[in-house]
Amino acid sequence: MDTIRFTKETLAASAICGFARLLTGARAIWRGCAPAAVQRIYYGNHTSHGDFVLIFASLPGDLRAHTRPVAGADYWNATPLKRWIANDVLRAVMIERQKREGAPNPVEQMVEALDHGDSLILFPEGTRNTTDEPLLPFKSGIFHVAQARPEVECVPVWIENLNRVMPKGQVLPIPLLCTLTFGTPLRAAPGEERDAFLDRLRDGLVALAPPPG
Amino acid sequence: MNPRPELLTLFAGTFGILLVASIAGFLLHHYVARGEPHRVVDSFRERVGWWWVMVVLLGLAFTLGKVGVVVLFWFVSFLALREFVSLTYTRRGDHWALAAVFFFFLPAQYVLVARGWYGLWAVFIPVYAFLTLPIFAAMSADTTRFFERTAKLYSALMVCVYCMSCVPALMTLRIPGFEGGNLLLIAWLVLTVQSSDVLQYLWGELKGKTPLAPALSSSKTVEGVVGGIFAATIVGTALSWLTPFTLVQAAGMALAVNLMGLFGSLVLSAIKRDRGVKEWGTSFEGRRGMLERLDSVIFAAPVYFHLVRWGWQA
Repeated sequence: MDTIRFTKETLAASAICGFARLLTGARAIWRGCAPAAVQRIYYGNHTSHGDFVLIFASLPGDLRAHTRPVAGADYWNATPLKRWIANDVLRAVMIERQKREGAPNPVEQMVEALDHGDSLILFPEGTRNTTDEPLLPFKSGIFHVAQARPEVECVPVWIENLNRVMPKGQVLPIPLLCTLTFGTPLRAAPGEERDAFLDRLRDGLVALAPPPG
Repeated sequence: MNPRPELLTLFAGTFGILLVASIAGFLLHHYVARGEPHRVVDSFRERVGWWWVMVVLLGLAFTLGKVGVVVLFWFVSFLALREFVSLTYTRRGDHWALAAVFFFFLPAQYVLVARGWYGLWAVFIPVYAFLTLPIFAAMSADTTRFFERTAKLYSALMVCVYCMSCVPALMTLRIPGFEGGNLLLIAWLVLTVQSSDVLQYLWGELKGKTPLAPALSSSKTVEGVVGGIFAATIVGTALSWLTPFTLVQAAGMALAVNLMGLFGSLVLSAIKRDRGVKEWGTSFEGRRGMLERLDSVIFAAPVYFHLVRWGWQA
């Protein structure tokens, strides 16, 4: 049982989530599952740096305390403020997106976080999608994590509109309503091929996108 | 400034009515709907819930006086604008124009209203914002659907900011013999127009047969609208003791604001239909958004403001 402690980190987390709600409404639609205290990997479409903050803010408070976003170290370690927000406030799992000699293995880092009982927020596209396609090809990290811990559910989360709030390259966000649609959980089947699993994940996520138009 | 005694009577009366309505809604939910979802009962309870929110927020704002009222409607404008712009087509080239709308024109309009600078706030949006916004869009050198994008920003500002700001602007009118009573003018407007919404809905449920504008709204019927506006005009007339109006003037004024309110909800329905959505960006599934709740106040406010200004201000 955790005790609620007011530190500058928890206050900053509340402030960031409150700001995200004021800006976007952060309306969660639980279509395929309920917000339950089950260990999960929430995976979403990546259109903006605000993505994981928004998923984080749309979770009920008790789930939020046990959910850690997976963030790109190159972006989030770039300045002291970003580093503090990512590491201390949001407790992100910081991974290296480019393979580098001596760098920790991202899959091992994520599995380790799961083994501590936390859920993860992950963007399998790996980089922000600025194309007209609904999704970029998925990176294989999520497959390896799901194979290593097959009991963990993968829950698709479609984020709609956030790319309009803060288009790539802009610094001033525009207040617009965003919705987050949580879909049906998927699990890796024993011996399932990588591409087959990634295709299932992808289909599960695209199915939540609103019809174009 | 002491609160006018009428205001206390009004709030006490409204609380009493809402309490009765809440109890009725609770009983209907348990004994008619048997705790199950029920279209009419749920809609009734949702409306009663909104009235509680509205009355409590107005009450809080009223205790803070003019600043409270201005800040409340500023925030309401912000929520409405956020809904409106979310549903309209914009492009990356509109980023700076949108930033100007949210972070400059919206606050500036409310500051001008609070200062009572009528000569400027009355033209600030329809002249200066309308001149500036297409400049931003043109500078972005993106001409795709340019005219349409500009028109949509104009509508958003008029509906969500300009019209809405006419409600707190009532605080700045100076009416001889009615000093310190401006809050009552706002209370009268909101109660009359919002009761028209409820009464049209009730009449429509009870007597509604002939659709009024099937292309715009599936719920509005001729019987509901005529009955509801008639009943709400009686409400407005009966509340004339809040206002500087005589009985006949109050009846005329109530009819005017209720008709404008009806047109407001029809126009906003038309915009929604054009965008192919059923509800303005709602905060929860099945709940109405800010624009749905306030569409009638938005269209009634400027007409009401100017009628009072020309008819009663010194």
